[in-house]
Amino acid sequence: MCATMAEKILARASGLPEVHPGDHVTARPDFVMSGESLAGVWLRMMQAGVESVWDPDRIIVFLDHYSPAPSIRSAGIQKMVRDFVQHFGIGHFYGEHVGICHQALPELGFAAPGRLILGTDSHTTTYGAFGCAGTGIGYAEMAYVFLTGELWFRVPGTIKFVVTGRPGPHVLGKDIILHIAGLFSSEAAQYRSVEFHGPAMDALPLSSRMTMANMSVEIGAKFGLFVPDEAVFTYLKGRVRGGFEPVYPDPDADYEKVLEVDINGLLPQVARPPRVDDVVPVDNLDEISIDQAYIGSCTNGRLDDLAAAASILKGRKVHERVRLLVTPASYEVYKQAMARGILETIIDAGGCICHPGCGACFGGHMGILAPGETCISTTNRNFIGRMGSPDARIYLANPYVVAASAVAGRIVPPETWA
Amino acid sequence: MQEITGRIWVFGDNIDTDVITPGAYVDAPLEEMTMHVLESVCPDFPSRFEKGDIIVAGTNFGCGSSRETAPEALKALGVGVIIAGSFARIFFRNAVALGIPVLQVERSPLGFTQGDVIRVNIEEALVMNLTTGETIDGTPLYGDILDILRAGGIIPLMKDIVEKRKRP
Repeated sequence: MCATMAEKILARASGLPEVHPGDHVTARPDFVMSGESLAGVWLRMMQAGVESVWDPDRIIVFLDHYSPAPSIRSAGIQKMVRDFVQHFGIGHFYGEHVGICHQALPELGFAAPGRLILGTDSHTTTYGAFGCAGTGIGYAEMAYVFLTGELWFRVPGTIKFVVTGRPGPHVLGKDIILHIAGLFSSEAAQYRSVEFHGPAMDALPLSSRMTMANMSVEIGAKFGLFVPDEAVFTYLKGRVRGGFEPVYPDPDADYEKVLEVDINGLLPQVARPPRVDDVVPVDNLDEISIDQAYIGSCTNGRLDDLAAAASILKGRKVHERVRLLVTPASYEVYKQAMARGILETIIDAGGCICHPGCGACFGGHMGILAPGETCISTTNRNFIGRMGSPDARIYLANPYVVAASAVAGRIVPPETWA
Repeated sequence: MQEITGRIWVFGDNIDTDVITPGAYVDAPLEEMTMHVLESVCPDFPSRFEKGDIIVAGTNFGCGSSRETAPEALKALGVGVIIAGSFARIFFRNAVALGIPVLQVERSPLGFTQGDVIRVNIEEALVMNLTTGETIDGTPLYGDILDILRAGGIIPLMKDIVEKRKRP
């Protein structure tokens, strides 16, 4: 055998002894995930006359994009999702009680090494942090999966990133994936699977691995996988549901490319609008004044992220011209941050704690930007109009940088307040 | 599949799904959403795009969100075909699933001029600019994908499956 992780997972899910890049296979996912998009999926099912789902116990549903509903429209969408869940007897419905799907799904023990999970959200790649192949699909394709339990896939070639070196202070997974996007472009892994290897990855906490797997889609990847290790198995203990079979890449796996990334001395990075791959060290930025600082999302709303922000905000005040919004990624994160006094630190600094959800990141609600405003954000996309007005500007960074900038009123390195 | 001939709209690289259907309108009815398609990079697109027009773009077209509203809104406007230097994976899949012809081309089509008339043969993966006489080869689509496009997307395929299951 000389297979990559993606090839092994797709072979197993397709019932084939082996698969090769370029093969088209029909695979059966272990779980599928949806949110408010489920309303769109149901519309497609109605168009096709589909009146049942293949396996309600493999369907996981969250309400996180508009939660709680900010408008009559989004309330209607959520009502339709609740009706769907009731009508089809969906096995795993969490509503708005757990947080953002990509944080909550692993917390609930669904993401396990070797599994294939499909979601109606592009950041489904997050589960790759656990050696679990997750990828995003649309409404119509999810409707097809609901009908048949399967979907076609082109087996992707795999790019292996070998990451070495010791980064500088205040550097998280966010900086490493932004650095990779900057080096290799937002298309570097188009239609490919990526695997993250090397001593710098072994040393990386799960929260940062999740950030990197999450943003793999921003370089075009179908899967963003880490090799499962003790950190993963420890996390899964007491959480994981059902059995699972971890996969590991063969030592002689046939990679399409092997790319070496040296992060020795890497400084916190910033992606300038409107491109995720226009990346510079924060120290190199010109003076950029900000109106909003946002910490949260499936990319950087985890406990480590909030703790990072609090370490900067402790005993300081958010700049009078700036609003700092902080959204824990899940209820589990929320409660832990509360127990550790992190939320109190943020509130005392003048930050606003928002309900766990995706709202601000995609311009849905709860943190929308006005024309002419500038935001520094821990989220994943700085596209035109992403967080509201098309005339607003979004800089992407890690939570240390966002917190430091919230205090300064302009984008600054965390060391400013060290 | 029949050849598709139409007037082109030219866009650059990295046109993302937030630009195609902005987040502020993804929960809106389709008719309202289509009024804002691509407006942040081309303000008169929604009002001047005509049924059968063709979109020509650089690389990474449709990057970003998995929102199916992006291809859905383009379909509702009546896009004839989309050709691009490359497509982002989820957009490509969603477009095929909705039966929108898409073709990746072997070299950048950005030399084409807005308003040129082109003819696209999906089956033979060939693009001809009827205004200039220039041709560009496409990357032939895999058989499975052609079959889905020939059927008009996966909704008709799903209808077939539902019908077959009803038979004794």
